[in-house]
Amino acid sequence: MWSDYLHLMKMEMTLIVILFILLFLKLGKKEWDAGKLLHFINILLVINLIFGFFYNTEGSLFGNMFRTNHLLALEKNILNLGTLIVSLQSFHWLKDHKHIPEFYMLLLSTLLGMFFMISSNNLLMFYLGLELSTIPLAALANFDLEKKISSEAAMKFILSSAFSSGLLLFGISMIYGTTGTLNYHELSQQLTGSPLQILSFVMFAAGFGFKFSAIPFHLWTADVYEGSPVAVASYLSVISKGAILFVFVSVLYQVFENMTTVWYNLLFLLSVFTMTIGNLFALRQQNMKRFLAFSSIAQVGFILIGITGQSSEGSAAVIYFILIYVFSNLGAFGVVSLVSAATGRETVNDYKGFYKNNKTLTWVLAISLFSLAGIPPTAGFFGKFFLLLAGAGTTHTTGGHANYILITIAVLNLIISLYYYLRIIRAMFMDNNNNPIEKVKATLSPNISFVICIVGIIVTGFASGAYDFIYSLVK
Amino acid sequence: MNYADYIAWIPLLPLAGFVLLGLFGKRFFKQYSGIIGVFILLVSAALAFYTAYIYFFINGYEDGVYQKLIPIKYVWLQFYSGTSIDMGILLDPISVMMMVIVTFVSLMVHIFSLGYMKGEERFSTYYAFLSLFTFSMLGLVVASNIFQIYFFWELVGISSYLLIGFYYDRPSAVSAAKKAFIVTRFADLGFLIGIIILAFEGGTLDFNTLIHRLTDLQSPEYIAITTASFLGISVMTWALTLVFMGGAGKSAMFPLHIWLPDAMEGPTPVSALIHAATMVVAGVFLVARLFPVFSINGASLLIVTWVGSVSALFAAIIACTQTDIKRVLAYSTVSQIGYMIFALGVARYGGEAGAGYTASMFHLFTHAFFKSLLFLGAGAVIHIVHSNEMKDMGGLRKLIPVTHITFLIACLAIAGVPPFAGFFSKEEVLLAAYNSNKAVYGIALFTSGLTAFYMFRLYFSIFWRKEQEHETHGHKLSLSMKLPLIILAAGTLLVGFIPFGKFVSSDGRTLESPFHFEFSIAPVLFALAGISLATWIYKKESGRSQKLAAALGGFYRAAYKKFYMDEVYMFVTKKIIFNLVGKPAAWIDKYIVDGTMNGIAFSTAKVSGWIKGIQSGKVQNYALYFFVGIIVLSIVILYLWK
Repeated sequence: MWSDYLHLMKMEMTLIVILFILLFLKLGKKEWDAGKLLHFINILLVINLIFGFFYNTEGSLFGNMFRTNHLLALEKNILNLGTLIVSLQSFHWLKDHKHIPEFYMLLLSTLLGMFFMISSNNLLMFYLGLELSTIPLAALANFDLEKKISSEAAMKFILSSAFSSGLLLFGISMIYGTTGTLNYHELSQQLTGSPLQILSFVMFAAGFGFKFSAIPFHLWTADVYEGSPVAVASYLSVISKGAILFVFVSVLYQVFENMTTVWYNLLFLLSVFTMTIGNLFALRQQNMKRFLAFSSIAQVGFILIGITGQSSEGSAAVIYFILIYVFSNLGAFGVVSLVSAATGRETVNDYKGFYKNNKTLTWVLAISLFSLAGIPPTAGFFGKFFLLLAGAGTTHTTGGHANYILITIAVLNLIISLYYYLRIIRAMFMDNNNNPIEKVKATLSPNISFVICIVGIIVTGFASGAYDFIYSLVK
Repeated sequence: MNYADYIAWIPLLPLAGFVLLGLFGKRFFKQYSGIIGVFILLVSAALAFYTAYIYFFINGYEDGVYQKLIPIKYVWLQFYSGTSIDMGILLDPISVMMMVIVTFVSLMVHIFSLGYMKGEERFSTYYAFLSLFTFSMLGLVVASNIFQIYFFWELVGISSYLLIGFYYDRPSAVSAAKKAFIVTRFADLGFLIGIIILAFEGGTLDFNTLIHRLTDLQSPEYIAITTASFLGISVMTWALTLVFMGGAGKSAMFPLHIWLPDAMEGPTPVSALIHAATMVVAGVFLVARLFPVFSINGASLLIVTWVGSVSALFAAIIACTQTDIKRVLAYSTVSQIGYMIFALGVARYGGEAGAGYTASMFHLFTHAFFKSLLFLGAGAVIHIVHSNEMKDMGGLRKLIPVTHITFLIACLAIAGVPPFAGFFSKEEVLLAAYNSNKAVYGIALFTSGLTAFYMFRLYFSIFWRKEQEHETHGHKLSLSMKLPLIILAAGTLLVGFIPFGKFVSSDGRTLESPFHFEFSIAPVLFALAGISLATWIYKKESGRSQKLAAALGGFYRAAYKKFYMDEVYMFVTKKIIFNLVGKPAAWIDKYIVDGTMNGIAFSTAKVSGWIKGIQSGKVQNYALYFFVGIIVLSIVILYLWK
């Protein structure tokens, strides 16, 4: 019996063990050298990542509240990988910070929450996981302790998420009221698509939309991304979004399978809004950090298109895209945060002539941006390609023909996004600048993260095996 | 050993060489880049020869037919079941033959360049590019999938571009590189459309399946592609013609030949490898690869035949008037490829009717030897004289005896004098043409006389004519430059005796091609006449060549100016396309497209400003919008859009 718990909750258990190690480190009397401590924690995270790939099984626990299988393990592994990259990249920033163990305890708690959320088989369990992954994030947003703007970000984040959680819970309780159950499998049979259920579904989806910042539920994003430390902003825009999207796909496909028309229409509207307005937002950003954060809103719009596919292709395309997105967005964020930490310069104009002094970093940023823009042969192209393919292939909702309207809007948005990504690439390579950013030195940890990102971008693109593997798990 | 154990290394080793030399060569081991390149190619060539031995003599021949084997296949991008882009290796007689040619000639060029490119600033880069080219060309010839061929087709185009423009500080080299790239790219547009049509109608990109479906007269794919028509011509003919357009561009067939003479701006060993022996025959190879499909479509074969024969004659005439030795060789390449192309055009599938196919491949094979020998010999001459112009040469036969003898052998071979290699292959080409199309035979026979004339004009101008003492500029031909010349000359002497029909034929069965003594009299006489004429005019300094030129008058000037083909292109592009298409397009672009875009940008800025208003920074407003969002969405989904 106990071995069951250890085995099925292996990934969660690993995180808890790491959390306890960190706790003891903090409580101990010894003063740790910041650099060594960070390396030690990164090694723990590497072990966590590697261990995540082995001994995965299928099964459920706690009276069917918690379940796991190979696909869910893969999703958790993607998040583990992303967390490791974020951690490697925040080395410079954390080195001078007094509260390293706390940072990681909060960070890993949110990761733990995401794991529970992904493994949930019951709306209650899902809600617990969601809250565990949200509340520590507010504390993390406040982690630039001396900066007022950081506190403001945390305050806005906690208030907005409290509001959205309230509406989410309202939705859940109405679902419970009309069906009398919270279990996913039973819900899928009980839901009929009555008006009350539709209303509660919209509230439920809005709670998700808040987390992955779909428009119009995105407004907190701007202030929080701007105020919080870069590491936290990148974690929010990549890991946190990835996790909630994983859950969103599985909840939609499993629980609300009787209400496909409803959520198809909802997703249609959300994705059109999110892509278009997200792009318009990103278009006029001059600050690189904000620019990346807003462009990630537009990326979510594309992911929603893949979800409308209602097929295992759609599900696989979403997971594949998020994997690529982890590499690409973190690659770009890593360079920007490194430069900002070293020189304090972060506007697009500052990046003019960046190639002159920083050849390697320019290439890392350029390849990441190419991938985000979806230019072949980077992985981002294949990711977007499969998303659009999945979105176009919805035949049973649109009455036998592919959904050209959505795809056309998506392609138009792709062109707009191409403009703003390429604008930065042009600035880096071609524009002249009398005062270009001087040579930025990266230490081992960020360099490792760049290698992971670039290799990931290239390999996941060229090796069709990655997509096929995910597809085989989804099926 | 199975093929799968080692065969992938044949193309992958040069790729590894490219990565190694390209990334680290310049910084860490510049002097040794050449040696490393040669060594890698040596291993690759050895494997290719081994494969050829195993394939032709041990296990390729079964049930009286050479099998098509696919030892390695990696599904790269699957579109839907049955249609995927694969990366594979297809072994059949022509791909094995091409593998041998490519690795062998490349090895010779690698060795030759050790001396020729010595002391070059970008020595490592040069070898890296050579390796890249070799990899791409090998990937092209072993392709098992039509899209794979296209992929590597573009890669060889890029390597060719990089190598033509190798001396990028010379404006002429840069513009030649651009010209080559643009012209072939334009032709590749046709190729791509052809591929898409074939793949759409055939439902697959795999060569074997595609050929099987499109040659089976009962199959639904065949019926669909032949019954559908566009502008009164069947879709099958369109597709094959478009594919051939790509081939003609790469193989510099008339009227897409204009890039090849300019491509001689690249280093001479590169011309020997890419623009004589390997890349330019890719078009021939492509038609041969799809030959079963071409052979059941008479219209496209007719186009192939006439494009080939016109190019053969046309280029030979121009070659008689050029004074830059590399350009003479370039035009002679166009002319000889014309032979290969029309030999395919006059062939049919299977048996005796397939003799043209065998002849074409045979000529491709022998041509690779003597043409790369000619180019390397020209390279050696240029190395000594420091000029490409005939007027700066003459009387070199004592100064560089090895080059002289090997060059003479190659000239005799290309002129078709027995017993050199070119004689046998040209004989078979002419025989195939004779049996199928007398007009083409006439053109080919006349062209072979011209070939002998211009080759010996070249030979005498370089090595005889005047007894002028040359300064050697302190240069001597090193062993690394002589060795490839000698090996290739030996090859030129020997390869003609290979019973080629035994190995390569249109249907994989053995084709007996007995030697017809009486038939070979006419071509040899034409060749000897050409040689004699050249001897009479050019062996000694005399006014005869000027008199001849004056007698031919306008025709000579037209040929000297390459029949004004470049000017025609310039007229069409600059005057017609730019004025009639470009200017209106520019107007539309400026006023309508830009106007719309400016309008969009203006309204985008407006909307952005409006959104900024929403983004007020006040959390209570955020909550309000959040709630309004839920209500609006609920109303839409509940009442408006069910």
